[in-house]
Amino acid sequence: MQTNLKKIAARVRRDILLMSFRAQSAHTGGALSCVELMVALYFKILRVFPHKPDAPKRDRLVFSKAHDAKALYAVLAARGFFDPKILEGYEMNGGLLPGHATRHCVPGVEVTAGSLGHGLPMAVGMAYAGRVDRKNYRVFAILSDGECDEGSTWEAALLAGQHKLDNLVAIVDYNKLQGCGYTKDVLDLEPFAKKWLSFNWEAKEIDGHNFTQILKTLSQLPFKSGKPSVVIAHTIKGLGGAAKHVNQVSSQYKPPTSDEIEIAIRELTKI
Amino acid sequence: MRYAFIRELFAFAKRDKRIFLVAGDLGYSVFEEFAKQYPRQYLNAGVLEQALTGMAAGLALTGKIPIIYSIVPFVTMRNFEQIRNDICYQNLNVKIVGVGAGFAYGNYARTHHGLEDIGVLRTLPNLTILCPGDPLEVALATKAALRHPGPVYLRLGKAGEPNVHQSSPRFKIGRGIVIKKGRDVTIIATSTFLNRGFEVMRKLQEQGLNTGLVSMPTIKPLDTRLIKELASKSKAIYTLEEHSIIGGLGSAVAEVLAESGDQVKFKRLGVPDKFTIVMGRQEYMRRANKLETNQIVSTILRHLKQKNS
Repeated sequence: MQTNLKKIAARVRRDILLMSFRAQSAHTGGALSCVELMVALYFKILRVFPHKPDAPKRDRLVFSKAHDAKALYAVLAARGFFDPKILEGYEMNGGLLPGHATRHCVPGVEVTAGSLGHGLPMAVGMAYAGRVDRKNYRVFAILSDGECDEGSTWEAALLAGQHKLDNLVAIVDYNKLQGCGYTKDVLDLEPFAKKWLSFNWEAKEIDGHNFTQILKTLSQLPFKSGKPSVVIAHTIKGLGGAAKHVNQVSSQYKPPTSDEIEIAIRELTKI
Repeated sequence: MRYAFIRELFAFAKRDKRIFLVAGDLGYSVFEEFAKQYPRQYLNAGVLEQALTGMAAGLALTGKIPIIYSIVPFVTMRNFEQIRNDICYQNLNVKIVGVGAGFAYGNYARTHHGLEDIGVLRTLPNLTILCPGDPLEVALATKAALRHPGPVYLRLGKAGEPNVHQSSPRFKIGRGIVIKKGRDVTIIATSTFLNRGFEVMRKLQEQGLNTGLVSMPTIKPLDTRLIKELASKSKAIYTLEEHSIIGGLGSAVAEVLAESGDQVKFKRLGVPDKFTIVMGRQEYMRRANKLETNQIVSTILRHLKQKNS
């Protein structure tokens, strides 16, 4: 089973790198760091219907770190929400896929995001409505560590804790690099799990590249009845891309060169 | 105005279970009964305007009709980007209700004045902006807002505004309401200044000027056809609003007139582009900004005497 997931992850990484190369676009590192999380979610955890993307009983995924939309697009395409050829239009004039994911740009994208700190509040609204209406869908919000600098993220965290939204799951892609530096140097989030716990969430920390850990953790939702769940996923920014950008600030900005992409794809093909 | 709003909301909430009121820890003496009767349609979210606006977008994405409510600056400017991205860009069915337009909270000082909301919100595509001028218009605007399938900003005064219309006028989003036609002067007034416009009209009539009054409860989309018609039938047009002179009704009408090429005499009457230094209640603050009825009349009479340059 995991061999299969690893193969899908390799394909998604390849697509991310190709999108980045074609469009010469930024935001590659953060797309690469959440690949295993997104693959596990869309292939094993979420109740989704690629041919009926608006089915009312679907689980909702709010991709709040929308600058890393390449990961979302590549996973949705792999899962069959739309023709993978559409990926070729990423950030291209007249293409369907903008640099920041926009609601309904392609089937499966639930919300428009891009300005940081907007996703968790919207996810709270969806989860709250599900609770009031006694629906049993779940809401997942994928956050970057950088957007945990935003006050609105913590406003939403307060709301979710107060209203005991145990149908809500936040997953933080904690690659520890934000726009211009390491989070510990720019604005340290630690003690990170404790912050969520003190907002009345239940938190788990995992290796965000390890499918065994991801699947085991996400099969235990909610972590505690009556509490929203947060997964702090320790990840590596730029993993699987050009070696010189891995875990470097540059992974946010530098697209792969043609040599780098050739090497990366050769490595990914071995998986 | 608040009570006219809540009465309509009550009636709607009973019929339509999608209605969901999200208050930003404000609404003392206004929402208690609503909360009691419709607990599954009400939430006092707390003092977090950004998150509650995003939350409202999330509620709307599931099919609800959320209404967010706070004092004008907090529900329009503190959360401006959430209104822009989460509500307007996604074109969601959220109603934004700001209370305390203009100097309604005059003595609370500038932080609580509602003087820039129309200006900033007018830049947002998909957003309908309703500024009803008296409690009768508030009831009609509330109904229209809740029926309109898309983002609406509803700008309310506070309490005690008199009715200007004698009975419910015909109300349609995007249409001005002609209260009286005027050959010499037409006053176009909006929101909390409709009644002031009425008083000014009376005084100008006493001076022998054939003066008309138009209520403009929708700022966006603006009734451009009516404005052009007024410009062709009246010698002078004055806009009147309890809002900054920049960006509000006056600016919107000026844009129409400038592009129409009509040579009508025109002036914007509103709050000048400066922070008012003195502090006091609504009428005191209006006077400090030369917006008392007699001051406005003098300004208009002076302006009428000036030659067009």
